[in-house]
Amino acid sequence: MDGSPDALHAAPAAEREAVIKVRGLVNQFGPQVVHENLDLDVYRGEVLGIVGGSGTGKSVLLRTIVGLNRPRAGKIEVFGQDVLSISDKERREVEKRWGVLFQDGALFSSLTVLENIEAPMREHLKLSPALMRALGNLKVRLVGLPGFAGSKYPSELSGGMRKRAGLARALALEPEIVFLDEPTAGLDPIGAAAFDDLIKQLQESLGLTVFMVTHDLDSLHAICDRIAVLAEKKVLVTGSMKDMLSVDHPWVHEYFHGPRARAAQGQD
Amino acid sequence: MAATLTSPAPPALAVEDGPDRAVARFGGRLVVAGLVALEAAAADLRPPAGKPITLDLSEVEALDTAGAWLVLQLKARLEASGASVEIAPGDPARAALIETVARALPDAEEDAGGRRGFVAWLEGVGAGVVGVKDTAVSLLGFLGLTLARLTAGILRPWTLRKAALFHHMQEAGFNAFPIVALMSFLIGIVLGFQGASQLQQFGAEVFVVNLIAISLLRELGILLTSIIVAGRSGSAFAASIGSMKIREEIDAMRTLGLDPIDVLVVPRTLALLIMLPVLGFISNMAGLIGGGLMAWVDLGVSPGMFVTRLYETTGVWHLIVGMVKAPFFAVVIAVVGCWQGMLVGGSAESVGQRTTQAVVMAIFLVIVIDAVFSIFFSEMGV
Ligand SMILES: Nc1ncnc2c1ncn2[C@@H]1O[C@H](COP(=O)(O)OP(=O)(O)OP(=O)(O)O)[C@@H](O)[C@H]1O
Ligand SMILES: [Mg+2]
Repeated sequence: MDGSPDALHAAPAAEREAVIKVRGLVNQFGPQVVHENLDLDVYRGEVLGIVGGSGTGKSVLLRTIVGLNRPRAGKIEVFGQDVLSISDKERREVEKRWGVLFQDGALFSSLTVLENIEAPMREHLKLSPALMRALGNLKVRLVGLPGFAGSKYPSELSGGMRKRAGLARALALEPEIVFLDEPTAGLDPIGAAAFDDLIKQLQESLGLTVFMVTHDLDSLHAICDRIAVLAEKKVLVTGSMKDMLSVDHPWVHEYFHGPRARAAQGQD
Repeated sequence: MAATLTSPAPPALAVEDGPDRAVARFGGRLVVAGLVALEAAAADLRPPAGKPITLDLSEVEALDTAGAWLVLQLKARLEASGASVEIAPGDPARAALIETVARALPDAEEDAGGRRGFVAWLEGVGAGVVGVKDTAVSLLGFLGLTLARLTAGILRPWTLRKAALFHHMQEAGFNAFPIVALMSFLIGIVLGFQGASQLQQFGAEVFVVNLIAISLLRELGILLTSIIVAGRSGSAFAASIGSMKIREEIDAMRTLGLDPIDVLVVPRTLALLIMLPVLGFISNMAGLIGGGLMAWVDLGVSPGMFVTRLYETTGVWHLIVGMVKAPFFAVVIAVVGCWQGMLVGGSAESVGQRTTQAVVMAIFLVIVIDAVFSIFFSEMGV
């Protein structure tokens, strides 16, 4: 992380356990280098917000950590295990402990919402069908969907509803880490705020670690403990919202001091 | 509560009967992984009657939404039996989680059950029967629309989309040459061989030429070609249009003022209309070569003799009778494929179903039309 305002990293690193540790990550598609020597720590129990301009590789970073994209170089540790070199069996154990919400929901289109939520439970937990159904219905309501939505197919839902259903599926196994790719995009402001509250509650009572890609400044304000800015092919700076305000990189400054940022701060 | 001290602690539940209230103490990790055991324990819980009950979570190590659900379930059950129940969550974060889950608790009636059972099956059968009529109407409507646009396009050829047309001629036509030729060649060999072994018994070997030529030219050449093209291209049309439908590309086209019939269906139909007769002709030739080879090897009918007999005994109208059918088959295959693609809705599975449907239906219709032509030609005495 040479040359970046590094001082901001220092504070919490010492005491806290890093559940995700990314070192020297390189991602490249053809000639286009997306990440170059990217380092990132995510600590247990925190909500980390990832911000960055469109196309800076936020989704690619998320996909790389969860193993959907093989990096050119670098090391990724999750729960202390090197996920790039572990066996398939160990990998499946790790996968049970995280949940992923994709940018566009990525629900199984031939299953109803309820069946989508039950799918990972059926695969990994030994629960009776009735219990699965009850928990599935609970998840449907938890993410703010009406009860009847459970029997609908994804194509019969609105974009925002699909997003919520995707979150319900990501939470199905009660994971320790959830990866959220723009969870509040496409939600109405009230729904987005309720979604933020839900994430915060889960995080506090479960010790959930949240890796959240977001452009929603209200979310960043409301629930993110730490923010990591992706720019110039790496994590340019990490720190709290307050730290962000004093960074003088032009993009970061523009992002956190623009008219929308000011509006979001005004609400606090 | 010794159980709660072990690590990783399994969930635990114990009841203490105090002087004026009973306390059910939960311990360990109240999470979905241990839910089954805990549910059984909770179901067995028989607190002393007549006293208020506290569900104490202060010794719980971790609580997730499934655990909170279980606690609330227990509370509801105990309250239904007349007890007054309160939950002692231990810390504010857990209190908030329990609150959230309580708010999300589904009401039984409103909930989604599965779509299954006998009634659902019966409903499906009924819908299927009614669907046959709707299907026919829909197909005819689509056919009419396509033919109208196709005619309009042919009358004003500069409006056709040439790039798409040539692309599909390549895909559905030229790329199918080898397989069609090979298959027909083999069919010719089979016909020659089977024909020879039967005709030899009458000493009428030389009629094998008539047998091969007439059956191939009139029926088999074009029919088998159509079946292969239905399997290759009908399915490709359905799958590609279906995938576009799912990703809302077709909707996007409409909003951009592009008509999906003009953009997608007309070029595909026209491409098959041009290429299927060519493929049929290649199939005929390859079949004759295969049959001729067999006649030569097996019966000693020399190639020269084969060709001579072919000219003498087999009128050109046999070829025409076969080729006349090609455009009809082409339209059926293309229209059924595109139409099934347009009917794809919602799920990825639907793409698969519609693709299968497209192939099965196209082959079925091709054979029906072929039968109709057969009857027609024999009535006409051609
Ligand atoms: N599979 C791929 N093949 C080639 N290039 C890719 C691929 N996936 C992503 N990219 C490129 O990587 C870059 C980063 O993409 P990414 O989806 O991570 O952006 P993002 O930061 O999530 O943006 P947004 O905020 O718009 O979602 C883009 O320039 C994109 O073109
Ligand atoms: Mg993205």
